[in-house]
Amino acid sequence: MSKDGKIFVIPCSGIGKALGTVGRTAMYEVVEKLRPYDATTVCLPLLTIGDEAALELVRNNPCISVDGCPLQCARKNIEASKGKLAASFIVTDVLRENKKLKPEAVTELGPKGLKLSSILAQKIARKIDEIKGR
Amino acid sequence: MAMVKNIVGIVSCSGEDLPEGTISRIATRIVLEKLRPDETATICLPLLLAGSEDERAFARVFPTIAVDGCDKRCAEVGVKKYSGKPVATIVVSEIVKKHPRLKVKSRDNLSDEEKELANIIAETISKKVDEVLGRKSKAV
Repeated sequence: MSKDGKIFVIPCSGIGKALGTVGRTAMYEVVEKLRPYDATTVCLPLLTIGDEAALELVRNNPCISVDGCPLQCARKNIEASKGKLAASFIVTDVLRENKKLKPEAVTELGPKGLKLSSILAQKIARKIDEIKGR
Repeated sequence: MAMVKNIVGIVSCSGEDLPEGTISRIATRIVLEKLRPDETATICLPLLLAGSEDERAFARVFPTIAVDGCDKRCAEVGVKKYSGKPVATIVVSEIVKKHPRLKVKSRDNLSDEEKELANIIAETISKKVDEVLGRKSKAV
């Protein structure tokens, strides 16, 4: 199925911190369960290496960056690729609102980390509805 | 800038769109956390582009192994472009082909078969780490 016409949810997938996994897991919940017909993803590293097909997708479709930490690597890479950035989320902001939901580790978020990821996924889904004018 | 001789850098592609990207990421973490915790370090691939010169010096400080999900080799290309030439590249999709009984389907929750593959990849990375450090491989 063509990805064109969908909203691209692009997480940083930060490998050094569990919050990178929270962003990645939230993205999968959005594109596979919550808004599968409206949203999709593309590999962020493809943007970093200047893959033409990936660049075209982010330039022609709205993108939502999902970053684990304030360094905002996903956002910066989308901007550097001249992508259409429609919204940005940072997991640390969501954690600040839900201080008890600290994820356990990069590979296994644990129940609290998964709950945090679901809260973030709901926020992203609502933003998708907003972008779609619903 | 001096290269750190006893630590090997590992940079994984993370490929969000492919199950092989998830496997590269998990395999890398297995090496960092369990198999070679004292001999390895990592950096987020997107940080090479988004970060400062300090982050971009990664592959000049550590001999670095790129772990890629597919043959687009984003980690290898990204490390070479922003940081320095990796000493080796491991491509998950190539290793997957050697294990046809193990099916790769999920990008999110890895099945037992996918976890087995992640462990196979992690062992491959660990052997490469030992090779880079000039050591005989430990049992994994």
